Amino acid sequence: MSTFFSWQRLRTIIRKESIQMRRDRITFAMMLGVPLMQLMLFGFAINNDPKDLPAALVVPVQDRYSRAMVTALELTGYYRFTHPAATAAEAEALIAAGDVSFVVTMPSDFGRRFERGEHPQILIEADATDPAVASGAINTIGTVANEALLREARTEAAMAENQATKVDVVIHRRYNPEGLTQYNIVPGLLGVILQMTMVMMTAMALTRETERGTMENLLSMPVTPIEIMLGKVLPFFVVGAVQVVVVLVAARLIFGVPFAGSIWLLLLGVFVFVMALVVLGYVFSTLARTQMQAMQLTFFYFLPSILLSGFMFPFSGMPTWARWIGETLPLTHFLRLIRGVMLKGADLAAIASPLLALTGFAIGFTLLALSRFRQTLD
Amino acid sequence: MTGEPAIAVTGLVKRFGERTVVDHVSIEVARGEIVGFLGPNGSGKTTTIRMMCGLLTPDEGEGRVLGHDILHDQRAIKREVGYMTQRFSFYEDLTIEENLQFVAGVFDLPREAVASTLADLGLTSRKGQLAGSLSGGWKQRLALAACIMHRPKLLMLDEPTAGVDPKARREFWDEIHQRAAEGLTVLVSTHYMDEAERCHRINYISYGKLITQGTVAEVVRDAGLTTMVLEGPRIAEAQRMLRSMHGVEQVAPYGNSLHVIGRDGPAVRKAAQTAAEATQSKLLEAETSLEDVFIQLMGASQDNMQ
Ligand SMILES: Nc1ncnc2c1ncn2[C@@H]1O[C@H](COP(=O)(O)OP(=O)(O)OP(=O)(O)O)[C@@H](O)[C@H]1O
Ligand SMILES: [Mg+2]
Repeated sequence: MSTFFSWQRLRTIIRKESIQMRRDRITFAMMLGVPLMQLMLFGFAINNDPKDLPAALVVPVQDRYSRAMVTALELTGYYRFTHPAATAAEAEALIAAGDVSFVVTMPSDFGRRFERGEHPQILIEADATDPAVASGAINTIGTVANEALLREARTEAAMAENQATKVDVVIHRRYNPEGLTQYNIVPGLLGVILQMTMVMMTAMALTRETERGTMENLLSMPVTPIEIMLGKVLPFFVVGAVQVVVVLVAARLIFGVPFAGSIWLLLLGVFVFVMALVVLGYVFSTLARTQMQAMQLTFFYFLPSILLSGFMFPFSGMPTWARWIGETLPLTHFLRLIRGVMLKGADLAAIASPLLALTGFAIGFTLLALSRFRQTLD
Repeated sequence: MTGEPAIAVTGLVKRFGERTVVDHVSIEVARGEIVGFLGPNGSGKTTTIRMMCGLLTPDEGEGRVLGHDILHDQRAIKREVGYMTQRFSFYEDLTIEENLQFVAGVFDLPREAVASTLADLGLTSRKGQLAGSLSGGWKQRLALAACIMHRPKLLMLDEPTAGVDPKARREFWDEIHQRAAEGLTVLVSTHYMDEAERCHRINYISYGKLITQGTVAEVVRDAGLTTMVLEGPRIAEAQRMLRSMHGVEQVAPYGNSLHVIGRDGPAVRKAAQTAAEATQSKLLEAETSLEDVFIQLMGASQDNMQ
C-alpha cells in the first residue's frame, strides 16, 4: 500500500462519509429540499407577472386623448392610476419613493400634434429595480397606446385611415437598464444553489470531526491529507449532480428557459465549478476551528458572491473595484459560462476563459487546502 | 532490532502558549513490557502520549517509537501503533460494524478481521447498533478492539478503563497481559492503583515533570515513607490530634483504621504512639501503599510549584 495515496483508504473514507451524510437526515433533506424551495421561490417571484401596479399620469392638459390613454392602460390590467393628475416633480418623488411603479407623461401639445398627424411622444418611466415587475407591463404598452389613440381618433372620424403607429412610446427603464429576465435568473440560480450547499456542507467536513473529538482518532490512523480531502468532498458530487438535474429539468419544464447550447459543455462547466466549490468549502473547514466559525466564513463569502457576481445586478453596471472583486469569485465565471451555454449557445471556444478561470480556482483551492491541513492536533 | 526499546524518548517538552505542559520528560519502554503512566489530572499524560504517537509535535526533545523517529516518521508510527484515546473518538453515528469496517479499510485488513473482532467482543448480534448508543463500558471495549485489530506492536492506552465495571476491568487486564506475553508492548495511563500494580513498571508524572519511575516496589521503596496504622473506636479523635503533630505528613482514615504517614520514620512512630495511647487504639506498622506514595508525591510537587 502506497504511503501517500491509496485507493483502498480513499474508498473507505468515501464510504464512511456517505453513510454519515445519509444518517444526518435533516441535513440530507436540506441538501435536496433547499434547492427545490429556492428554485420555486426565486423562480416564481421572477416569473410572476404582477398586475394592477400603481401609476402616475403627468399631463398638463386633460383632454380626450389623455383620458383614452388612461382607460386603455387600465384595461390591460397592469396599470392602476393612483395619481392621475400629478405634476412632474410629484411624479418624480412618487417613483423614487416606490409609491408608483410607472410614470406616464404626455406633453401638453399631445392632442394637437396627434390630430395634425405628427408623431407625438409618450414617455413611460418604469421602476425597473425589480425587472419582473416592469417587464410585462412594458411589453404591452406600445400596441395598447396606439390602438387606444387610433380608436379615439376614429370615433371622431377626423383622421384618415393610414394613421397606424403614429405615436412614439418612449420607455425608460429606471435603475436597472439591462432589465434582467427570468431567462437570466434561472440558470444563475443553478450556480447559487450549488454554491450554497456545496460550500456550506464541505465547510463542516473537518470542523465536525474536531468538535466531536473524532479527529484525534482519524489522525492517529495512517490516512493522508489528500485522502481525507478527497474522501470528504467527493460524496458531494452526487448531491451536486442531483441538484443539477432538478434545476435543469425545472428550468425547462416549469420556467420554459430555452436551452441553446450543448448539454455536455454545460456539464463540463458544472463539474469544474462544483470541484472548485467543494474544495473552497474544505479550505474554510481547515481555517475554522468550530462548525459555527465555518458557517460564518461561508456566509461571509456568500453575500459578495451573490451581489457582485452578476447574479443580482448586471456585472457591467458595477464600478471597477466591485468588478475586480467579482472576478475573484467562482460564481461570476460560472454565470458567464452557464448563461453563455444555455442562452446564447456558446461553444467551447466562447466559454474557454470562464472555464479556465474555474479550473484555476479548483487547483488553487486544492493547494491551499492541502497546505492548510493540520496533520497534528497542535 | 529486538534489542531496541519500543519507546525511547528523551527531553520531550510541550508548551501551550506560556504554559509548559510537558517538561523534559524521558521515557523508555522495553519490548513486551506493560508500563503504567500515572499522574494527577492535567499533569500531561495525554499530551505526552500524543507526542509519542505523532499527534502533537514536541517543542523540544526527540526519540524513537518502534525504531521510528517521532519527529519525522509519524506515518510509520501510526501504522504500527494502536492508540486508544481517552475520550471515545469513534463515530457515534456509525454502527459498531461500520466503525470496525472503517478501521479495517484504513489499515487494509482482510474482511474477516471485522467478523472475528465482532465475535471476540461478543457483539456479533449487536453489530448493527449505533456506536453512540452503547454504554460507556461497551464503548471502551469497542475502542480497544478497534485499536488492536491491525495487530499493532505497541499499544498506547489513555485511561482505557475509566468508568468500566470491575469484571470488565479484570478481563481487560487479563487480555493485556496475555498479549504482552505474546510480545505486545503496552503503555497505559490510569488513575487506578490496582492497575498500576498490575504493570511491570510505572512512570509517575506531575505538573509535566517525570517524578519517579520503576517497578511498584522500587517506587514505594524510593519514596522512603513510614506508615503506621491505628485501629480502634476513637480514631476520629486520634486523627484530629495527629494533624498537627511533628513528622506526620498524611493522615488518612480507612473504615475503622487510620493511616499515619511521613518520611521521618522515628517521628512518625513517636507521634502515632502518642496518639494511640491517648485514644486507646491498637497500633501497628504497615507496608506503605502505592496510593500513599502518590498522594505524597502530589503534595510534594505542589510545593515545588510555588
Ligand atoms: N490543546 C491544548 N491547548 C492548551 N492547553 C492544553 C491543550 N491540551 C492540553 N492542555 C493542557 O495541558 C495540561 C495537560 O493536559 P493533559 O490532557 O495532557 O493531562 P492528563 O494528564 O492527560 O490529565 P487527565 O488525567 O485529566 O486526563 C492540562 O492543564 C490541559 O489544560
Ligand atoms: Mg488525559
